[in-house]
Amino acid sequence: MSDVRQHADDIHDQFSDHLDVDIDDVEQRLTTLVDEYKVPMDEARRSVTNHYLEEAGLEREDIAGGGSEAANVEDVDEPEQWIDLTAKVIELWEPRSDSIAQVGLLGDPTGTIKFTKWAKSDLPSLEEGGVYSLQNVVTDEYQGRYSVKLNSTTVVEELDEELEVGDDTSEVEGALVDMQSGSGLIKRCPKDDCTRVLQNGRCNEHGEVEGEFDLRIKGVLDDGIDAHEVIFDKDATEELTGISLEEAKDMAMDALDTTVVADEIIEKIVGTYYRIEGPTFGRYVLADNVEELDGPVDAEALLIKARSM
Amino acid sequence: MSQAQLTREVARRVFASEFNDSTYSFKESDDERAPNYALLPTGDRANRVFIVGTLTETEDVGDESEYWRGRVVDPTGTFFVYAGQYQPEAASVLRDTEPPAYVAIVGKPRTYETDDGSVNVSVRPETIAIVDDDTRDRWVVETAERTLDRIEAFEEWDAEQEAPEGASTAPGNEYAQMARERYDSPVENYRRDVIQALESLEDVDTEAQASV
Repeated sequence: MSDVRQHADDIHDQFSDHLDVDIDDVEQRLTTLVDEYKVPMDEARRSVTNHYLEEAGLEREDIAGGGSEAANVEDVDEPEQWIDLTAKVIELWEPRSDSIAQVGLLGDPTGTIKFTKWAKSDLPSLEEGGVYSLQNVVTDEYQGRYSVKLNSTTVVEELDEELEVGDDTSEVEGALVDMQSGSGLIKRCPKDDCTRVLQNGRCNEHGEVEGEFDLRIKGVLDDGIDAHEVIFDKDATEELTGISLEEAKDMAMDALDTTVVADEIIEKIVGTYYRIEGPTFGRYVLADNVEELDGPVDAEALLIKARSM
Repeated sequence: MSQAQLTREVARRVFASEFNDSTYSFKESDDERAPNYALLPTGDRANRVFIVGTLTETEDVGDESEYWRGRVVDPTGTFFVYAGQYQPEAASVLRDTEPPAYVAIVGKPRTYETDDGSVNVSVRPETIAIVDDDTRDRWVVETAERTLDRIEAFEEWDAEQEAPEGASTAPGNEYAQMARERYDSPVENYRRDVIQALESLEDVDTEAQASV
């Protein structure tokens, strides 16, 4: 089988459930793009696939790109992976758009993840508290947070069993080695449900707005083996630094510069050892519980080990 | 599943004696922006280090613009830290701090060849913070632990090299191999440094001594 024929065959297989596609027609379209217009094969595949998607009135999510594999919630760390989950519906939220049938939170023993079920996928309705086997869902990512999408190829099966849901809490320990930009006294977009951090007084979504002050720290906690990114919200920042939001505003006012707050914070926290516990969002740990590690350390066990090596 | 994002380089824990022996540096790819690594003699790579010690001396060694050199001492030796106009925050800490003081430094290893052909290793700081003696002690213990872990992995790899052909089951240790090729000093030296560092911590020695 020629290379083009092989690709044509793949595309044909993807659509065979949805559309009466002639494999010669697929091959012809690929050949035109590749031979005549010198389009690289992967781009040609993409273009031809999109053509049939449009013809069938489908979205890219609706056609499976190969097999899916069983996974746990905590394994989801990449978008556009096809996986099978066994999960409990923890919460259902109000869909914000007519194209979404259901949206909410799924959980399994390893953690929780948002899910979206498209209206046109025509799947059975999920009940809050129900445990389901969900085969062939696709992962997605937005700003470091992952979700799964149920689509028309997803097989939903209600299971008659209880499932313990673990929280995504992690505990990290190490020295705070860096504070990233966007820390200290910041301004957020005041529009409803937006809260984006303003860059030079501008919100990515709403343009120039009168921002609202907030305090936060984006830090890096490093134990010499891994570097973890941690976020302190206003309360955690106030507690950690002893600087309240009001004091931070006064400091910035006096200096006519908001960066003085970050400078002051960095001096207080960088180089200090902490144990931080909290929920994880993508690659971030949200600092719920913060403990400064300043007590004595036990060197004896290590000394015995070193001498016996 | 693979990590999609570029991961931040970890800050390795390494004592001064081993750091100053890390004279060989390398890149993992030909890309111009590929990170630079110092090869640690116990068999690991370090693009960034976290050190805590006593700042004992600072001096402006620059000609036209300020270029600050700080000596930072740990139980095994001295780190040399250089900060100039491109590290303004770190330079100002070196300028303003009255030694002696405990400092915590995050920085990158840098090597330079002297006129007589020997290679010196120094730290180019990203941040310097004043810390207390508890933090210093915690760092010594943590660095001892990380160093012992590296030595252990090195020795496991080393033992496999002597095993009869085909009997090897241990995972490869790329950087132990590289260290063996590049350096002469045996890892045993760094084990002794670890012991010396731990013994230097007060109140530890007498009790542990009894159990040997």
